[in-house]
Amino acid sequence: MKSIPLRDKHEALGASFTDFGGWEMPVRYSSDLAEHHAVRESAGLFDISHMGEIFIEGKDAASYLDFALVGAASEIAIGRAKYSLICNQAGGIIDDLIVYRLGQNAFLVVANASNREAVVSAMEERAKGLEVEVRDESDLWVLLAIQGPKSVSILSEITDSLLEDLKYYAISEAELAGVPCLLARTGYTGEDGFEIYIPVESGASVMDAIFAAGKDKGLLPTGLACRDTLRLEAGMPLYGHEMNLEINPFQAGFGKVVRLDKQGDFVGKAALAKLSQVAPEKVLVGLEGSGKRAARADYEVFVEGSTKPVGVITSGALSPTLGFPIAMAYVSADFAELDTPISVDIRGTQTAFRVVKLPFYKRAKN
Amino acid sequence: MINREGLKYTKEHEWLSIDGDVATVGITEYAAEKLGDIVFVDLPKVGSSTTYMKICGEIESTKSVGELYAPVDGEIVEVNEVVSGNPELVNHDPFGAGWLIKIRFTELPELLTHEQYAALTGEG
Repeated sequence: MKSIPLRDKHEALGASFTDFGGWEMPVRYSSDLAEHHAVRESAGLFDISHMGEIFIEGKDAASYLDFALVGAASEIAIGRAKYSLICNQAGGIIDDLIVYRLGQNAFLVVANASNREAVVSAMEERAKGLEVEVRDESDLWVLLAIQGPKSVSILSEITDSLLEDLKYYAISEAELAGVPCLLARTGYTGEDGFEIYIPVESGASVMDAIFAAGKDKGLLPTGLACRDTLRLEAGMPLYGHEMNLEINPFQAGFGKVVRLDKQGDFVGKAALAKLSQVAPEKVLVGLEGSGKRAARADYEVFVEGSTKPVGVITSGALSPTLGFPIAMAYVSADFAELDTPISVDIRGTQTAFRVVKLPFYKRAKN
Repeated sequence: MINREGLKYTKEHEWLSIDGDVATVGITEYAAEKLGDIVFVDLPKVGSSTTYMKICGEIESTKSVGELYAPVDGEIVEVNEVVSGNPELVNHDPFGAGWLIKIRFTELPELLTHEQYAALTGEG
């Protein structure tokens, strides 16, 4: 198993670890629920250094990304970010990505840890013949995510940067505790917060400074267990659950991310153009139940009168914020309408759910 | 405070406190910690019968589902109703207020001693 650079510091903070895509990752420190609530009510600090940081630089960088990914990277303003997908020729999703534009000819593409090799190799392949460098710097960066309503207040104690001015899905250079970092207002929890890219040799000192600044503001170290329930409540898909190579962007609800209208060809365009013309047979929906029993990944979904399943759960939990079970599922498009009653086979017991709008949870805007 | 050293244990991480022909059963602290925060407990009905090492209940955490294996053949004589409404008790006090069921057993199978269980979990 691979270790993140600050692994031993997390152990000292009380972390239990889990294998996540071949990485030994902090799963919880004290309690999943306490960590979940800390992010919703004050703040949590995640170490997500397992993610892949791929830098794209060169004269052709923007047009290259337009060709390699389904979105229009060339339209991203400098200092801004966009959610995107990298697909194969058949339109299957290789990974979902955040694309940050750092300069006219410089981008940072962040990939999921488990897909890093697949993404880097596809991106290198697609760069052939172009004036662009694809540089996998994943091992050179510590990536911390501070998430929650107190994030601005905590970080402002260790930086002079005007954090309030950094917009959602924007990125900027910033000095944190004296260390030059890349600071992005992005996250995977449904809360306000920042993702901080720190040169690996300074990771420990920045992490210490953040915890010191957050000591009296309810900041907790937070692990992957609560990250999963937080992103689920926020209706955010997770690769390997809601997305894989057999799923196309239209099924996953990402039709708008696919820019069939952009200039020139891109990998997967022909297949995606065809797929965009037909209604998908199965689509991703949100489900809400009552009681306390969670519908979990791979459980089968039924409708009244059907003996065969009409779908399958991809993620599910008893929502810590809402107090009832929530889930995402792929269901036959015939049963995807809002309020459709659905039943989930929870280890032999048919349990009532209904189709609801995503996300399950939306933070109150200030 | 229950004396953990006087308890019996199973490989499935249950503890048993034997009093005459009734065994009080819970899950160990080790199991509770592995599961994470417990949010739902499904216990058998009073009067139902149990079979050694057959599943008789479920313990769900935010992350996963743990099964409760009957550690003895017998009949359920009491279930902890408090824990059904407050499943977090299993995390906070697994050997005390977080007990789960009481079974009147016919005969005791071979169970682990505290030392054997501690060796199994690498603790002790």
